[in-house]
Amino acid sequence: MSTRLSKGGRLIDRTKPLNFSFNGRRMAGFSGDTLASALLGQDQMLMGRSFKYHRPRGVVASGAEEPNALVGLGLGARFEPNQRVTTTELFDGASAATQNHWPSLDFDVGAINNSFARFLPAGFYYKTFMFPRFAWKHVFEPIIRQSAGLGKVPQERDADRYEYAYAFADLVVVGGGIAGLQAALQAGRDGKRVLLVEQTAHWGGRAPVDDVEIDGKPADEWVGKTIEALGKMENVTLRTRTMASGLYDHGYLLAYERIADHTPGDDRPRHRLWRIRAGHVVTATGAIERPLSFAGNDIPGVMLAGAVRDYLVNWAVSPGDRTVIVTNNDDAYRTALALHDAGLIVPAIIDARTSAKGALPEAARAKGIRVLEGRGIAKVKGTKRVTGVSVCTQAGEGAELEFIACDAVAMSGGWSPVVHLWSHCGGKLIWDTERAMFRPDGTKPPTGDDGKGMATAVGCANGALTTDEVLADVAKQLGGKAAKTNAVAESPIEPVWIMPQGAGPELKMKMWLDYQNDVKVSDVQLAAREGYQSVEHTKRYTTLGMATDQGKLSNINGLAILSDSLHQAIPATGTTTFRPPYTPISMGAIAGEARGEIFQPLRRTPIHEWHDANGAYWEPVGLWRRPYCYQRPGESVHDAVNREVKNTRAALGLLDASTLGKILVKGPDAGKFLDMLYTGVMSTLPIGKCRYGLMCSENGFLSDDGVVARLSEDTWLCHTTSGGADRIHGWMEDWLQCEWWDWKVYTANLTEEYAQVAVVGPNARKLLEKLGGMDVSKEAIPFMEWRDGTLGGFRARVFRISFSGELSYEVAVPASEGRAFWDALHTAGQEFGAMPYGTECLHVLRAEKGFIMIGDETDGTVIPQDLNLNWAISKKKADYLGKRAQERSHMASPDRWKLVGLESLDGSVLPEGAYVVADGVNSNGQRNVQGRVTSTYYSANLGKGIAMGLVKHGPDRMGEVLDLPGDGGKIFKARIVDQVFYDKEGAKQNV
Amino acid sequence: MSNAISALDGKAFVGFASVSEAGLQGMITVRGDLKSAKMKKAVKAATGGDIPAPRRIAMKGNKGAGWMSPDELLILVPYADAKVTVEALAATLEGEHALVADVSDARAMFRIKGAKAAEVLMKLCPVDLPKLAEGELRRTRVAQVAAALWKSGNDEFTLVSFRSVASYVFGALETSAQPGSEIFPA
Amino acid sequence: MLTLECPCCGVKADETELQAGGEAHLKRFGPGASDEEFDGYMFSRKNPKGVHFERWRHSYGCGKWFLAARCTATLEVFGTYPAQTSAPPADLIAKIKAKRPTWEGYQ
Repeated sequence: MSTRLSKGGRLIDRTKPLNFSFNGRRMAGFSGDTLASALLGQDQMLMGRSFKYHRPRGVVASGAEEPNALVGLGLGARFEPNQRVTTTELFDGASAATQNHWPSLDFDVGAINNSFARFLPAGFYYKTFMFPRFAWKHVFEPIIRQSAGLGKVPQERDADRYEYAYAFADLVVVGGGIAGLQAALQAGRDGKRVLLVEQTAHWGGRAPVDDVEIDGKPADEWVGKTIEALGKMENVTLRTRTMASGLYDHGYLLAYERIADHTPGDDRPRHRLWRIRAGHVVTATGAIERPLSFAGNDIPGVMLAGAVRDYLVNWAVSPGDRTVIVTNNDDAYRTALALHDAGLIVPAIIDARTSAKGALPEAARAKGIRVLEGRGIAKVKGTKRVTGVSVCTQAGEGAELEFIACDAVAMSGGWSPVVHLWSHCGGKLIWDTERAMFRPDGTKPPTGDDGKGMATAVGCANGALTTDEVLADVAKQLGGKAAKTNAVAESPIEPVWIMPQGAGPELKMKMWLDYQNDVKVSDVQLAAREGYQSVEHTKRYTTLGMATDQGKLSNINGLAILSDSLHQAIPATGTTTFRPPYTPISMGAIAGEARGEIFQPLRRTPIHEWHDANGAYWEPVGLWRRPYCYQRPGESVHDAVNREVKNTRAALGLLDASTLGKILVKGPDAGKFLDMLYTGVMSTLPIGKCRYGLMCSENGFLSDDGVVARLSEDTWLCHTTSGGADRIHGWMEDWLQCEWWDWKVYTANLTEEYAQVAVVGPNARKLLEKLGGMDVSKEAIPFMEWRDGTLGGFRARVFRISFSGELSYEVAVPASEGRAFWDALHTAGQEFGAMPYGTECLHVLRAEKGFIMIGDETDGTVIPQDLNLNWAISKKKADYLGKRAQERSHMASPDRWKLVGLESLDGSVLPEGAYVVADGVNSNGQRNVQGRVTSTYYSANLGKGIAMGLVKHGPDRMGEVLDLPGDGGKIFKARIVDQVFYDKEGAKQNV
Repeated sequence: MSNAISALDGKAFVGFASVSEAGLQGMITVRGDLKSAKMKKAVKAATGGDIPAPRRIAMKGNKGAGWMSPDELLILVPYADAKVTVEALAATLEGEHALVADVSDARAMFRIKGAKAAEVLMKLCPVDLPKLAEGELRRTRVAQVAAALWKSGNDEFTLVSFRSVASYVFGALETSAQPGSEIFPA
Repeated sequence: MLTLECPCCGVKADETELQAGGEAHLKRFGPGASDEEFDGYMFSRKNPKGVHFERWRHSYGCGKWFLAARCTATLEVFGTYPAQTSAPPADLIAKIKAKRPTWEGYQ
C-alpha cells in the first residue's frame, strides 16, 4: 500500500496538517502537499477511471504531464472539472471528486466496456456509426452524447475574478529548474530585463530530488542562494505558479498565473493571464519521462520512475513497500537507490539493456539490489492494484521466467525534452538517435520580426541528460562559466518501444500508450495496417494524444510504434503539431476582465440615465444602447410603439439622436473630396443649407447615408448613421491618407461632442419658440437649412431636417449639457403633448414616408439605383467612389430587384425578410424567387401593416399581387404599391 | 455653464490605487502643419508653451498641449476657457489650412493615483508602462476602447477616452484596482 | 500577434492596436477604365508566400495608415513606411533583396 513515511519530505510542513475531502470522505495531508501526494499518503491509489474503457487508474506522474488522476475540484460556484491532482496544491477544506464512473469509483458499471475492449478498436466510431444515415440523429448521437465528455460542467456562475497583465522583457526564461535559474542569473548580470516564470510553486526543478550538488553545495542550497541573488536584481522579475502556455508571433508569450487556486475565496483574482512581449525567450522547460509499453502498464501502482522519486523525496510518500524498477536507461536506478535508502524494498531492477554496467547500476548492485539485464516485464498482475510482475526476456515473446510479487512498478522509458514552446511558433526538431529523443534543432529556432531566432532552448529542454551537461549548455548559449556538479557518467539509453520486443497481440492489447483516451499499441498498429501513414491522421483516427494531457506521455511512444509498423525511421514519421496551451488554462483567464458590466464597451449617450429611469426598452445599435420605445407601467412594447407613433404625428415627439455620426470636414479641397465621397454634389451646397447624401463602396454598393450641412466656405458637417460614424470617419481618412494625400482636407469625428435631439411633430416649433433665444420660424430656418443660436439658454445648432415627414428640428448642444437640454425640452413640451419616442417609432415613421434605412434596405449588395435614389446621384460628375462599379453590366441590368412598397391584402404585417416567390423551381428544386421584404411594420397611423421590398421589375408592376410564404406554410398575399404610404405631397414637414 | 455635467460627474473608486473621473476638462483638437509659424504662435497663445515633440505632452499649470499625430495636437485648457480658446486658435490660424474643434464634451478624463497606479493600467493596456517616461503621451487601447494616457505626476496617470464609453472605462479601471489584485504585492 | 512600428508616430504597436487593410500600392481605376482594369483593381489580390506589401492603420494610436513589407511565411518584418507613396522605397527593396536573394522584386 502507498503510505506516508515518518521522515523526510522536503516540501511538506508536518506541523501544518490540512483537512480535505475526497469523494465525500474526510482525509488529511500537510501543507506543501499536492492533492496527489496527500492521496497517496493515505493509500488512495485509485484516483479515476479511464475515458473509454473505464479502467481503474492511479496517478502515474507527479507533474503537469499526469493523464490519469483528474478530479472535479471545488463546490458550487468554484467547481471545476478535469483538474490534475498532481498540480493541485492542497489547501485546508479542499474538496475533490473523481470522474467518469457510475455509481462509484470502486464499482463502475461502465467498466463493462473493458470486457468488450477487443470490439472497440481504433476507429470504432467511424466504422460503426456510418449507416444507416437516419440512425445517427436518432440512435447513435443520443447514446454517444450520454457517454461523451469528461467531468461535469459547472452549473453556477464562476465566483472568481480573472485578469490580464501586459508585460515586456528583454528575456523571458521559462522554467525555474537549475538551467532556468542559471540562465536568468546570467542574463540578469548582463543587465537584461528578465522575467523568470516557473509553473510550480517551487524553484529548483528536479535537481534537489536527484541529490545533485552544485559547486559542492546541495542543490536546495544552491537554488536558495541563486533565488536570493536574483531577488536582489531590480532588472529581474520572478514568478512562481506561472506556466508559459504558448509562444506566438514576434515574441508574444502567454503565461498563466494561478494566483489563488490554493487560497480560494481570499479576494485575490484566481488566475492572471500574462500577455508578454519578449525580446527573446529561453525555454528551460526540462524533460518529461516516457512510460514503457508492457502489458498492464496502466494498473494503479505502475508509475514513472521519476515520479516515484518525487513522491518519496518531496512529500515522503512511498507508492508501496515493494517496488520493482523497469528501465532502459540509468536514470531509473536513482529511484531504486532512493527507495532503498528510505528503507523500502526494491525486489529487482529489470533493465531491458543486455548490459548495465555504469556507475548508477554498480551503485545499486553494491547495495545488494538485484539487477536483471536483458529482461522486461511480460505482464503486470493485478486489477485495482499491482500485485506482481511477470519477468521475461526483452528479446523474446513474453514467456514468464519469474514472477516477482510487488505492490508498485517504477518505469522509465527515457526522457523527452519539453519542446512545446520551442515548437509552437515554428522551431524545428531533430531526432537524436543516440539519446532516443526529439530535441530542438538550434539552427532552426522560431523566428521573430527581425527574422532572427527568438527562442533558445537550454538544459534538459535542449536534450541535456546530466547536470553537468545542463549547466554547460547554459554557459555555452548564454555566457558565463558552468559550475561543477557531482554528476556521474551515464551509459546510453537503449530505445524500447514494446516490451518484450516480440510480444503477441494478446499482450499488445494491454499495452497502454495514451492512458486518458485508452489508446493501446494494438490500436496504432491497426491504424497502420488500415493504411494510415501520416502521424497527424493516425492521431485523429486513434485519438492518440488528443486527451486533456495532449499526449505528453504518449506521443513519442506512439509515433515510434507507428514508425515501426510502417518500417520507417522515426524522423520520417515526425511529430504531431505542438499547439498551445502547454497545459489547459481556464476560460476565465482567457476572458480576463471582460465579463458582466464590462463584457464589452457599451456606448451611452448623455441622456442615457434619463431613458433608463423612464421605461426605456433597450435596443443595441452597434455598441450603442438606444431606447426602442418607452414603456409605461402596464403597457406592452407593441402598445408603447403605437402610442409614440401616433403622438409624434399628432402632437410632439422627442428623440435622442445623439448617436448620429457627425464628422467635420474642412479644407480648401473639402468640397472636391466630398464630391468624390458622395454620389451627389456637395461642393455646390450653399452655406447654411443641408443636403441628403449617399456614400458607396468602391464596389458600388450603398454603404451609408445622411444629411450634410455646409458650415462655412471650407467646412462641411457630415451626418452618418449611428452605427457608421467610426467606419465612415476611417473611410474618409483612408482616402485622404492613402489616395489623395495631396488634397488639403482635415477631418474630425465630433459625434460625441454633441447631444442631438430630434424635436418632431406639429407642435415642434411651438416648443422651440417657448424655449426662445432664436428665430425658428419657417422663414428664419427653411426646410433643409441650419442655424446657430441659443435655445432656452443653451448654445444650439438647429437643423431643419426630417426623417419622419413631420415638421422637425434636430438640435445639437454640447454633450455635457445634453441631459439638461433634454430635461428642459421635456418639461417645456408637456403643454404641447411632448413624449419621448424610441427607435422603433422612428422606423415606423420613416417607413410610412418610404425613406430607406441603411441595414434594412441595404445589405451590402444593394446599389442606390436599386432603391430608386437616382435623384441623389449626380449625372454630371466624372467620378465618385463606386461610380465605375455601378457601370458594370450586372449593376446596370434592368433585371435587378428594385424598391417598391408592399401592402398585404388583409392588412396584416408581412413577415420580416420574407421572399417573394415566382413560378417554377431552380436546379436545386427550390422555389424561384423574385424579391424580398426589406422593412415591415405595423403603422398605427394607417391601422395596417406596411412594408418595403425589393422586387424584380417592381416599379413597373404597380398593383400586382405577389405571394410571400411565411412560417407554417402560410402564404401572404401582398400588392405592389408606391413606397410612400403617408402624406405623399410632403405637406406636413414643410410648414 | 451650470448645465454642464461631465460624463460620470466625478465618480471615484479607491482600491489599491484610486480611480476617478476628473470632471469637466477643456480639450481642443487642432489639425494642421505643426511646423508652421502660425501654429507655433497659436499654441503659444493658447497654452503658454511650445508645440510638443512627437508623442510628448507638456503642461504649464492647467494648460498644455499633447502631440497626437504628425498633424494633430490636443490642447488642454480649463473647461470654461475652451470656447474662447477655440476662437483664438482659429483666428490665429486664419488663412492657413488647419482645423480647430472643441472636443471637451466628446471625451472623458480619468486620474489613476497611487504608488501602484501603473499596475491598474498594466492590466488593460498593451503598453510597457514601467518604461513610460513622464511627459510621454501614449495613445493605445484600454481593454476594448481607444484611449490616450500619460504619467501626469509622481504616482499619477491621466487617461482620456471617448465620452460614450466612460462607464466602461471606469468599470475596467475599477475592476483592475480591486484590493488584493496587485500584480506586485508588497 | 504581430508587432509593427508605426512610421508616423514611432510606436512599436501591438497587433491589437492596429487594423489590417490588405494589399498596398493598389492603383485606383475609376470611370473610363476597362472591365479588366477595374476587375484587377477591385478584386485581384496578390497572395504570395514570401515578401508582401500591406496596408495597416495605427487605429488605436495616431490613427495614421502606413505600409509594411513583411514575409507572409516567416512573419519577418522588413520595414514600415508612410502610406503617401505609390511604390516601396528603394532602400527597403534593396534590404529585402539582400535578405531574400531569390525574391523576384516588387512588381
